[in-house]
Amino acid sequence: MKLKIEAAGQLTSGIRKFTLAPVDGAVLPRAGAGSHVVLEIPGPNRVWKNAYSITSAADALAYEIMVRRVEKSRGGSAWLHEHAKVGDVLEVYPPQNLFAPQRKAKRHLLLSAGIGITPFLSYLKLPGLAYEMHHCCKPEDETAFRTLLPSGPEATLHTSRNTLNLEALLKRQKLDTHLSVCGPESFMDVVLATAAHVGWPAAKVHKESFGGATGGEPFVAHLKRSGVKVNVGREESLLDAMEAAGLTPPCLCRGGACGECKLTVLDGVPAHHDHYLSETERAANNAIMICVSRAKTPELVLDF
Amino acid sequence: MKLSLKPQETFRDDYTFSNSDEAILRFPFPFPEDSYMYSVNMEPHVRGGASPVYNAMFDIDEHYVGDMADRAITLDQDPLRCQVLPHMETAEWDTLELLMENLANDYPEHFSLTKNDDEWHWINRPLDIDQKFTFGREETLPFGPFEYITRQVQGDFSLQDQRDNNLYMDGGMVTSQADWSLNFDVGMSFHEWHGPVPLAHESGVFDRALQYLLRMQCGKPVRRLNWTMTANPRLDTSPENYPLWGPEKAAITPENVGHRMCLRVELQTLYRLPRSNAILFSIRGYLIRLEELAKVKKWAVRMHRVIRDLHPRIAEYKGLPRYRQYVVDYFAPHDDGRVLNAGIGPEQDGI
Ligand SMILES: Cc1cc2nc3c(=O)[nH]c(=O)nc-3n(C[C@H](O)[C@H](O)[C@H](O)COP(=O)(O)OP(=O)(O)OC[C@H]3O[C@@H](n4cnc5c(N)ncnc54)[C@H](O)[C@@H]3O)c2cc1C
Ligand code: HEM
Ligand code: FES
Repeated sequence: MKLKIEAAGQLTSGIRKFTLAPVDGAVLPRAGAGSHVVLEIPGPNRVWKNAYSITSAADALAYEIMVRRVEKSRGGSAWLHEHAKVGDVLEVYPPQNLFAPQRKAKRHLLLSAGIGITPFLSYLKLPGLAYEMHHCCKPEDETAFRTLLPSGPEATLHTSRNTLNLEALLKRQKLDTHLSVCGPESFMDVVLATAAHVGWPAAKVHKESFGGATGGEPFVAHLKRSGVKVNVGREESLLDAMEAAGLTPPCLCRGGACGECKLTVLDGVPAHHDHYLSETERAANNAIMICVSRAKTPELVLDF
Repeated sequence: MKLSLKPQETFRDDYTFSNSDEAILRFPFPFPEDSYMYSVNMEPHVRGGASPVYNAMFDIDEHYVGDMADRAITLDQDPLRCQVLPHMETAEWDTLELLMENLANDYPEHFSLTKNDDEWHWINRPLDIDQKFTFGREETLPFGPFEYITRQVQGDFSLQDQRDNNLYMDGGMVTSQADWSLNFDVGMSFHEWHGPVPLAHESGVFDRALQYLLRMQCGKPVRRLNWTMTANPRLDTSPENYPLWGPEKAAITPENVGHRMCLRVELQTLYRLPRSNAILFSIRGYLIRLEELAKVKKWAVRMHRVIRDLHPRIAEYKGLPRYRQYVVDYFAPHDDGRVLNAGIGPEQDGI
């Protein structure tokens, strides 16, 4: 669907927010708490497809998103910061949800850092949600984030790691509390490790990862059934390279989270960067999530 | 979509139910091949395709009025046929919106929906309902939103919550089921409620089906067909009411099998719901007496082969053994050994 950038503005020096509205009065699909949209971003030589969490409420008349400018971005976030302007029309895929709130939980503990706040902004718009939220940010961004959070005691901002005592926080939660976490990989690792350490049940925690698009050594993907060999460059993903070669592999989130793009590895060793495969599946090395993962060997043979 | 509705028929006691010739020809015959085995037989639920019942998002047919009256009777006798757990409230409203929008869109001469922000106006002409209400405010409707709308749409429905990488049956409206019980299954996970099904667990059908459903996207519904057989065109073949329909099954004879015995096909469609992220499962049942089915040559021939060669454990699970031979014998004279095309279409224009 085509959506128009209706408003754009700087939230912090590194985060820009956008309002995306339907063109000519079309009805916007509802986006439940935790949903994201994938935007087609017109680059100079190619189109980027990036996922952004929707921060507005399910029944809002426009989607709101917030985009962090990724340092050394070769793609979409740089364009959205430097070129996107009010009035631009973008191709947007209908919302999907990989991070819906756990509705059976009596209480929610929401922990985020940096841009990881975005999915929780839609959670906070759920009527009657019983929650406690802690958000970590850089001191210079405190004022901006303050405007996004309710003023009551349920939401706390932390500008230094020392003021968030994770272990004590987790230990004092009531049973029936569900933990949701979103933020940089390092932040989520610490939260999950602490949760495991204090004996928090694995079923009562879920996270959303924005994908670690890191790039890497070029390699060749040999797509056996299609009979095609595709060169995957340093700065593109295997999925992007396959699409550029005219193939249409399955995909959804393009960020290693949804599981849709899994392909079978027939030969070669994948370098896993996804958040979907289990430890056992990873170790077996016979499956790869093509949207984020790469190769440790010069060539990968895939069943596609 | 043009649709003429029959006056009220009965699905119990005197069983006045019957299919018109048009209804026979649009019946979703479930066997694309001469044999049947469980598989992950799922495809996108897009309009058109192998059967006319795929033309609407939710198919309404000539039996609508009688079907809904039968549901009301069953609910009257046993209110537990409709249950929704409290955390599914958002999914209830999602369901109401999905059903109302699609009915009004597919059958404008029978249903209409007008929205003015949260003030909605719903008209259901066949059931003579004219309801103004506030979306999101349960107290403005005579029933909970899920019960309210599923009392007006053919087929059973269940609501699945998605959490911990699984689906839980946390609600439903189930009055025309093939011998399973919502009251028993409510709160169960995907593999738990499928517990009684033979063969499919071992062959990995349920593992694969669950993975597929967990990743189902909004706006991209999927469908599959399932089938069983029922003595008399009875909608309510629940375990709770086995004492009522068990004896009817026992009364099937070679003489009455053609008239009384029905093939019962379920068009199952699944929808990801937008606000709640839950999955709505619609089990839209179609009944056809064997004597009606026999009016379509291809189906009669194929029916003979499928039932004759059916895996004994599937036959047993579906409760067929008692009259299976009668069904085979009934269709045997139709089977002249011809080679049939793959696919479920009737391949004839009239009866
Ligand atoms: C579910 C979800 C929700 C998200 N929500 C938000 C949000 O609310 N706000 C926000 O700011 N961001 C969000 N993101 C992250 C966002 O989608 C982008 O990843 C981010 O903006 C960086 O994009 P980029 O194109 O600027 O950056 P880069 O990281 O430079 O990526 C550039 C390009 O590199 C390619 N690439 C990706 N992976 C690899 C790889 N492993 N090797 C080689 N090349 C690769 C891709 O083509 C990518 O487009 C979300 C991601 C997901 C999956
Ligand atoms: C959320 C979606 C689903 C729900 C709520 C559901 C529910 C059920 C129920 C209640 C039964 C009866 C079990 C019993 O005997 O008690 C059943 C049977 C069965 N289900 Fe599902 N199901 C779902 C999805 C699927 C899918 C996707 C498949 C795909 C393969 C599937 C395959 C089967 C099969 C093969 C049977 C046996 C049917 C028969 O032989 O009559 N189900 N299901
Ligand atoms: S597209 Fe979602 S994991 Fe790859």
